[in-house]
Amino acid sequence: MSNKRCTVLVCQGTGCISGGAEQVYAQLENEIQKLGIEEDVQVKCTGCHGFCQQGPLAVIEPVDSFYTKVKSDDVHEIVLSLKPGGKEVDRLFYRDPASGKSISRYHDIPFYKQQERTILQNCGKINPEDIHDYLSAGGYQAIRKALFEMTPEEVIAEVERSGLRGLGGAGFPTGLKWGTCRRALGDAKYVICNADEGDPGAFQDRSVMEGNPHSIIEGMICAGCAVGAKKGFVYVRAEYPLAIKRLRIAIEQAKKEGFLGRGLLDSEFDFDIEIFQGAGAFVCGEETALIASMEGWRGMPRMKPPFPARSGLWGAPTLINNVKTFANIPLIINSGAEWFSMRGTERSKGTAVFSLTGKVANCGLIEVPIGITLRNIIYDIGGGIPGGKAFKAVQTGGPSGGCLPESLLDMPVDFDSLALAGSIMGSGGMVVMDEDTCMVDVARYFLDFTRRESCGQCIPCRLGTTQMFEILDDITRGNGRPDDIDLLLELSEAVRHGSLCGLGKTAPNPVLTTLRYFRNEYEEHIHEKRCPAGVCMVREDGE
Amino acid sequence: MEVELLEDILAFYKGDRGELVPILQEVQNNLGYLPEKAMLNIAKFVGVPESHVYAVASFYEQFRLLPLGRKRVAVCRGTACHIRGAPQILNMVEKTIGIKEGQTSDDLEYTLETVACIGCCALAPCIRVNMNVSGEMTPGKAQDIFLSKKDDGGQDVE
Repeated sequence: MSNKRCTVLVCQGTGCISGGAEQVYAQLENEIQKLGIEEDVQVKCTGCHGFCQQGPLAVIEPVDSFYTKVKSDDVHEIVLSLKPGGKEVDRLFYRDPASGKSISRYHDIPFYKQQERTILQNCGKINPEDIHDYLSAGGYQAIRKALFEMTPEEVIAEVERSGLRGLGGAGFPTGLKWGTCRRALGDAKYVICNADEGDPGAFQDRSVMEGNPHSIIEGMICAGCAVGAKKGFVYVRAEYPLAIKRLRIAIEQAKKEGFLGRGLLDSEFDFDIEIFQGAGAFVCGEETALIASMEGWRGMPRMKPPFPARSGLWGAPTLINNVKTFANIPLIINSGAEWFSMRGTERSKGTAVFSLTGKVANCGLIEVPIGITLRNIIYDIGGGIPGGKAFKAVQTGGPSGGCLPESLLDMPVDFDSLALAGSIMGSGGMVVMDEDTCMVDVARYFLDFTRRESCGQCIPCRLGTTQMFEILDDITRGNGRPDDIDLLLELSEAVRHGSLCGLGKTAPNPVLTTLRYFRNEYEEHIHEKRCPAGVCMVREDGE
Repeated sequence: MEVELLEDILAFYKGDRGELVPILQEVQNNLGYLPEKAMLNIAKFVGVPESHVYAVASFYEQFRLLPLGRKRVAVCRGTACHIRGAPQILNMVEKTIGIKEGQTSDDLEYTLETVACIGCCALAPCIRVNMNVSGEMTPGKAQDIFLSKKDDGGQDVE
C-alpha cells in the first residue's frame, strides 16, 4: 500500500485514546523526524485493533510486531528499533497470561488466532480518515459493480442468497427487507443506518464507525441503489463523538471523490448521506422510535405493521439496517453470496462481531464465524477467567438478552440456539461473569436500566419494569418474600405480552434466564438472607 | 447575548419539525443547557407548541434544562462497568466532590451524571470528565482525579 520500508499503525480508537494514544502518535512522528528516517518509515493512524485492554496498541508492518500498552516514554525505543538492524522492543510484546511467554507477532496471539475478521478486516489496518487508504484496500469497488454490472434486483437477490441476517439484534433476513422496500410505492425513499448502539456493554458499531467508516457508507450507497432511495441518514448516538467526526470526514471525502452526490460515478443515480445525532434514548434503537425522533417527536415506538420498509420516515418507504449489516454489503457484492455463506451455520450465515468484556482475561472486540461455541470464545479467544476464579455466566444481548450458565458453554452461538436458551444474539455485547458476580444483582441492574429507558407509553412496560425492579431491589437488600419468585414470573409474562416494542417484550429476559439457571441464588437471598457472591448488602433489618 | 446566539443558530435551519432535535442539540452545545427563554423561540421557529418542545427536551437523556458545571463528570454504568465495580466508583466520586448523581455543585464547578455506556467496555470501569475518558478505574484512582489539582479534565464545556 505504501512504498515505505515499514509502517507503524497506531490505534486511535476511543479505548486507546483514553490511554494516551494521541500523544504516542505525535511522539512517533516527532522522533522519526528527529532520527531522519521519515523516508523509510511512516506512521499511520488507524481504527480499533480490537484488543482494547492491551492498549494503546501499535503494530509495525510488514513484520507484524505487536506492541502493547505503549506510552510516550516507550516511543524513542520503538523508533530506534525501526532503524536498519534495530532490535525489537521485547518488553512491549504481549505476554500470554497462561504461560508468561511473550508473543511478538500479531497473528500468533491467541486472541487473534481464532478470529475470522471480515467486517473488521480493515479496522486497524487502514487510516479511517483517508479515503485513499480504503480505495487501495479495494474500497468502493462494490458500488461500481452494483451500479454498472448488476440490476437492483440482482443486488437484492445476491444479498438474499447470502443469507445475511440483520445484525442489530432481531436477525431479520436482510434481503427480504430490501425486497419489500424496493417494491414499496413512493417517490421518495430513505436508507437509514441504525448506529444508535445503546446496549450497555457493547461497542462494536462504534469501532466499525471509528475504524472503517467508508465500508458503512459504501454499503448504504449499494442499498440506496438497490431499493431506489436517494437519501441516506446515519443515526448515531451523540455519545460517540469520535465516530461522528470520522463519519463526517468520510462523507466529505466520498463526496469529493464522486461516490456521493448527484449522478455519482457518472451514472444516473443520485445519493447523499447526512448524519443525525441521537439524543440519548435507548428505545430509539427500535426503528419506529428512531424515525419518530428524526421527525421531531418523543422517540416512542408505534404499532407495526406498517413496517418502515413500506411506511417509514415522513411516511416514505425506509430501509433501516444496522452498522455491521451495511458493512457486510460491499463484501457480499464483491466476493459473492457463496463466499459469504461459507461461514456460519445452516440458518445463520456469516460472522458476528462481539464486544467481549467483563471477567475475562482478554477483553476486546472480536469477530468470529457464527456457530462457534461460547467456550471457544470465552476460553480460547478470551483466555478464560482471570485470577483463578470460576466461571459463572455469560450475558449476551444486553438488557434484552439473558445470562447463560456453564452447562450451555458448548452451545453454538447463533440466532436460533441463543433464542432457545432464553437469550438473544442482540447487537453483540458479551459480558462474562465469575463467581464474584451475583445473578440477582445482575437482574436488578438490567431492570433498573429498562425501567429508566422505558418510553412509558405501554403501561405493562412502564409500571411492570418498575415493579420488577423494586422486587429485585428488595431481594438484594434482604427484604425478599417467599412468593417474590412467582410474582416475578407473573410480571414477566405481563410485561412481555403487554408491550408494543422489543424493549418491553424482552425486558424480562434477564430475570427469566437468571431464574431459570440460577434460581438457587434467588432462594438463598430470600430464605437465608445471604448473597452467595457477597455482592448484595443483605441484613435482617434490610439496611 | 443568548438571544443573538439563538438567532445565529436558527439562521442555519429551515424551520421543519424534523430539525427540532438537532436545534436543541446545537443550542445546548453552545449554551451548555436549554434556557427557558430559548424554548418559546424554538417552538415558534419550528411551528409547534412550546409544550411540544418541552415534551421532546424532557424525553431525551442528553438535554438539560438547568445550567451544568464546568466539569461534567460521567460515571459509566454499563454492564461491564457494573460487574467490575462501577457502583463503588460512583460512591467514591460522590463522596469526593460532595454532590450526588444528577446534581450540579453550587459553584457550578461539577455536574455528576451516570451514563448508560461510554462504549469503552474493555477498559471497565470507566469515567469521563468532559471529553476525556479514563479506564480501569478503582475507587482510589477515581479519587485522585479530583484531588490532584492538575487539570487534565479536558476542556471546559463552552
